[in-house]
Amino acid sequence: MSGTAMTPGPQVRRGPLAWVGEGLVAAARGLAFCLAFCGLTLAGAAALLAAPALVLAVLLPGDALTIGPDHYHLWLILAVTLVPCGLVSMRWVAGLTRWLAGMWSGVPIAVPYQPAPGGGQTSRWPRLRRWTGWLLTDPATWRDLLWVAVNACGGCVLVAAPTGLVLYGLGAMVALRSTGSDAPAPPAPSAPGPSLPGRPHSEGLTDWLAIPLHHGGLTAWLAIPLGLAIIALGLWAGGRMLPAYGVFARSMLGPTRQAELALRVRHLAQTRSDAIDTGAAEMRRIERDLHDGAQARLVAMGMTLDAAAQLLHTSPAAAGALLVEARDSSVKALAELRDLVRGIHPPVLADRGLADAVHGLALDMPLRVHFAGELPGRPPEPVESAAYFAVSELLANVSKHAGAGQAWIDISHAGGMLRIGVTDDGRGGADPARGTGLRGVEQRLAAFDGVLAVSSPTGGPTMVNMEIPCALSSPKTSSS
Amino acid sequence: MRVVIAEDLFLLRDGLTRMLKAHGLQVTAAVDNGPDLLAAVAADKPDIAIVDVRLPPTFTDEGLRAALEARRKVPGLPVLVLSQYVEQLYARELLAGGTGGIGYLLKDRVLDSAQFVDAVRRVAVGGTAMDPEVIARLLAHNSGNGAVAALSPREREVLALMAEGRSNAAIALQLVITERAVAKHTASIFLRLGLQPSDDDNRRVLAVLAHLNR
Repeated sequence: MSGTAMTPGPQVRRGPLAWVGEGLVAAARGLAFCLAFCGLTLAGAAALLAAPALVLAVLLPGDALTIGPDHYHLWLILAVTLVPCGLVSMRWVAGLTRWLAGMWSGVPIAVPYQPAPGGGQTSRWPRLRRWTGWLLTDPATWRDLLWVAVNACGGCVLVAAPTGLVLYGLGAMVALRSTGSDAPAPPAPSAPGPSLPGRPHSEGLTDWLAIPLHHGGLTAWLAIPLGLAIIALGLWAGGRMLPAYGVFARSMLGPTRQAELALRVRHLAQTRSDAIDTGAAEMRRIERDLHDGAQARLVAMGMTLDAAAQLLHTSPAAAGALLVEARDSSVKALAELRDLVRGIHPPVLADRGLADAVHGLALDMPLRVHFAGELPGRPPEPVESAAYFAVSELLANVSKHAGAGQAWIDISHAGGMLRIGVTDDGRGGADPARGTGLRGVEQRLAAFDGVLAVSSPTGGPTMVNMEIPCALSSPKTSSS
Repeated sequence: MRVVIAEDLFLLRDGLTRMLKAHGLQVTAAVDNGPDLLAAVAADKPDIAIVDVRLPPTFTDEGLRAALEARRKVPGLPVLVLSQYVEQLYARELLAGGTGGIGYLLKDRVLDSAQFVDAVRRVAVGGTAMDPEVIARLLAHNSGNGAVAALSPREREVLALMAEGRSNAAIALQLVITERAVAKHTASIFLRLGLQPSDDDNRRVLAVLAHLNR
């Protein structure tokens, strides 16, 4: 589902201290980022480092190493297999970061990898070799690795810094409480001289925090605003560090310009070949329909008329019957041609444009369909046609499978995007992965960079949303 | 009876003119575009205008718009719209005024000249002539409508013919039953659909169409 479909909700009234909560959440997420990264990276790095270590162990002679040369091929195989394992774990780390960045930092990061090689050969080893080759030759793999290195050196620490600041501030206040309760106490007459510093354990804590608390009561009390300020700084930084970290992660984990173009070219090649296939299949269907339908009927009509001409003088009554038959045949041929034309390009679509044509579809449905929306102009003709047939297919699904009592269609165009929603109150459970209908609609839209989002929980309702990027031409001026 | 025809294809225009003349109707003008239709309607004051949906210059729904325009200029002007295909949307627009004198037929129907001329005469006197295909789809659209679904098969046949705009006599002839039987079915249909019975054929048809078009 594309994020553009979401509408901003009403502004929630924020309390004066809302930023504290938000800062805390952001700081906690930064820490989670850091921890998740460290955990997964350790595993991956261990695997990656283990490989060369093993190779060295095999190659270096020496008594210190217990690996004997008689097993070296086993160890080599282990080393060779550990490298891909390490790289895969790097991909997990990168994948987790992309996911978290999209969710927490509001920076969605596209996955830059080349598609995995398909099955093809059944043999395991060539497949494994191709898979390893795919893993090692993808530049995105090495960018992942570079990111892991850079992140381990700095990024990861920076993103956890707000949490550190908050804890630091808190620690300062705790230390103050333990030393401060002693410091401002009036000196006992029996104990002359300067007041003693705090208890040994709290002195250790204040030393660790590098806050000069043990010089006197005043400095100690000054540490309260200082601690608060440090906490505030941490909370403030938390809200800013997360998006910045997301942008940083995207610059390294997202597809490069080149990879983006490669992805785009692949998408275009795929959709183009789908479009050509669909077009060719349509042509074959039309040819078959004409051949078996109208064409055959016209041949039969010609023969019937010929027979009528032969009988005209000898048996006028029989000739009359044949003429009626020929007329009926022409009516049927017309009906078939009409259906065919409707399937190629519905006349009402050409006449009135998409909104009215879809409204017309709604009126032809064997259930109540509520139609809403209008378009201020007309989309390009191919888009109109694709959208019309997509809605037609969806409505056919609704009447065939959904067991729905009512359906709703809404159509609109905003921000360079044509949007059509089809909703029904049926039993739900529609799945694009299973039905060829939805898959076909998806392919039809993909040729125009359009997308289809289906929400169909079991028990309903089913909501299908389509979005096609397109501009509208200015409305046609009526000439009558 | 005086007729104006607007049809851009010469063969069809010529064929229509000849057919109507053969049945004793007078074709005062046969034009091939919308503006000429409006001029002819204003000048000839015909009893009915027969208009093709698709006319130049746009070859879209020019004819339909010209027909509606003509009806605005000459209120109550009977109009029979012909088309290669029928569209519920257009049927609704034609019926939106809630008055009679409206016909909407497939061009195929001219092949049965007797029935076609009957439809022309019916529309000219303020009746209705809806194509059987329009009605069939309208009934399919109403298959979820409890009242329509509860009708007996015979009643549904009567309802379809009535919605096309046929009189009781014509329905009786078509279904090979007596007119009294048709009247009985009609009364039952009106009762089940919750419509006010009416002796006026035209008002009856419009009530049925309005109910199905809800």
